[in-house]
Amino acid sequence: MTERTTITEDSVPGLPVGVKLRFDKQRDQWVILAPERLFVLDSIALEIVKRCDGKASVGEIVNDLAGTFEAPRDVILKDVGALLQDLADKRILAA
Amino acid sequence: MTELNFPLAILAELTHRCPLQCPYCSNPLALEASSAELSTGQWKAVIKEAAELGVLQIHFSGGEPTARRDLEDLVAASAAEGLYTNLITAGVLLSKERLAALAEAGLDHLQLSFQDSEAAGCDRIGNYKGGFEKKLDCARWVKEIGLPLTLNMVVHRQNLEHLEEMLALAEKLEAQRVEIAHVQYYGWAYLNRASLMPTRAQLERATEIVEAARARLKGVMVIDYVVPDYYARRPKSCMGGWGRQFLNISPAGKVLPCHAAESITSLTFDRVTDRSLRDIWENSEAFKAYRGTDWMPEPCRSCERKEIDWGGCRCQAFALTGEAGNVDPACGKSPVHEAMQALATAESAKDETAFHYRTRKAGEAAAEKVPEPLA
Ligand code: SF4
Ligand code: SF4
Repeated sequence: MTERTTITEDSVPGLPVGVKLRFDKQRDQWVILAPERLFVLDSIALEIVKRCDGKASVGEIVNDLAGTFEAPRDVILKDVGALLQDLADKRILAA
Repeated sequence: MTELNFPLAILAELTHRCPLQCPYCSNPLALEASSAELSTGQWKAVIKEAAELGVLQIHFSGGEPTARRDLEDLVAASAAEGLYTNLITAGVLLSKERLAALAEAGLDHLQLSFQDSEAAGCDRIGNYKGGFEKKLDCARWVKEIGLPLTLNMVVHRQNLEHLEEMLALAEKLEAQRVEIAHVQYYGWAYLNRASLMPTRAQLERATEIVEAARARLKGVMVIDYVVPDYYARRPKSCMGGWGRQFLNISPAGKVLPCHAAESITSLTFDRVTDRSLRDIWENSEAFKAYRGTDWMPEPCRSCERKEIDWGGCRCQAFALTGEAGNVDPACGKSPVHEAMQALATAESAKDETAFHYRTRKAGEAAAEKVPEPLA
């Protein structure tokens, strides 16, 4: 039986089968396509989701973002953790 | 004029053929013959055109879409255009080999219907012996092949007592998602309303069960829940508004603003074989008839919710009042709202269990049996 995924710094997030990240060229936006669902990503969410490649851990993703955007690590960790947990609960992220 | 964006998703009803005969089927009473169906080439042209217009998701439905042998081809054509592909199936015609071929062709997701949580009810409601066992096989194969699975369950008076078991079945089959949808009463369901209408107590219990399951299964299984209109105070925003976000293509290529739109016999629908999709979407009479808010009479015209629910469901307004442009009787401001609720209460108390099953013959004969409008 499936269990709820809890996102921690050690989780290695990725998009599960049946979930796709795609650029919608007609509307000039990035979207996640999932069963009966479609999420438009804002630029922050896109930066996070793009890094969920099934290889990098949450901790590594946060380090990368903190470097790229020169922002405090703990703030980023909180935002990233919240977003990824939300996506995991919607079953559009695996870890 | 309302801003016109082409829909993000389309529903492709490949055929009206189906081995099951569900009494609430969303297909029209007048089912299309297989000879009227679009060809493979015509569907491929539609898929290409839709993708160019900005569609991102395509749902293959029916009838039973797997009754079309070219389904793999159409899935592959959609995947080649970058579309997200979803198959909505009753599952009884599928073999494991065929499922694997569909996955190979690029299928992204599958929705499998169950008519009840156990064989007796499931096979009786769909009028298909052995269906339940085949569906279990299908669900197992879907998981073995590694496709994501949603279970679709339509609920009504004759199966709501099993709602907890239905959710347990979905959990056992490891569905990522389950859709619990109360019957919407038009077409076949309207004809069978007296046998399907739930009691208010059943409805309240169902909502409790769904809420409890949602809390318990958070992060494990997503539960989508479609509530019924007959006991509501405000209508649903049907399809996000007529001709605003959604289109449906019938087996014969008619382009519809919702899958039940053909029940509105006062409208005629254009075909993909006669006009371009864009032209139909933007300019066809059927789409323009109830798009936006300009067509609205009172009480909607001066209502603050008119851009929230868009006046509710046109099909329901037509079925219950004989005029598709009336306010949806599910709205408390409709003059026939009370009558509709009284009717639901009365019908839900009946011990009627027999169905008019969905067959072409029954559809042709149904005209005299359809319940009269309220007003
Ligand atoms: S609702 Fe039942 S009869 Fe209608 S298409 Fe689906 S499985 Fe077939
Ligand atoms: S009056 Fe019309 S717009 Fe207002 S809530 Fe009722 S159906 Fe919706």
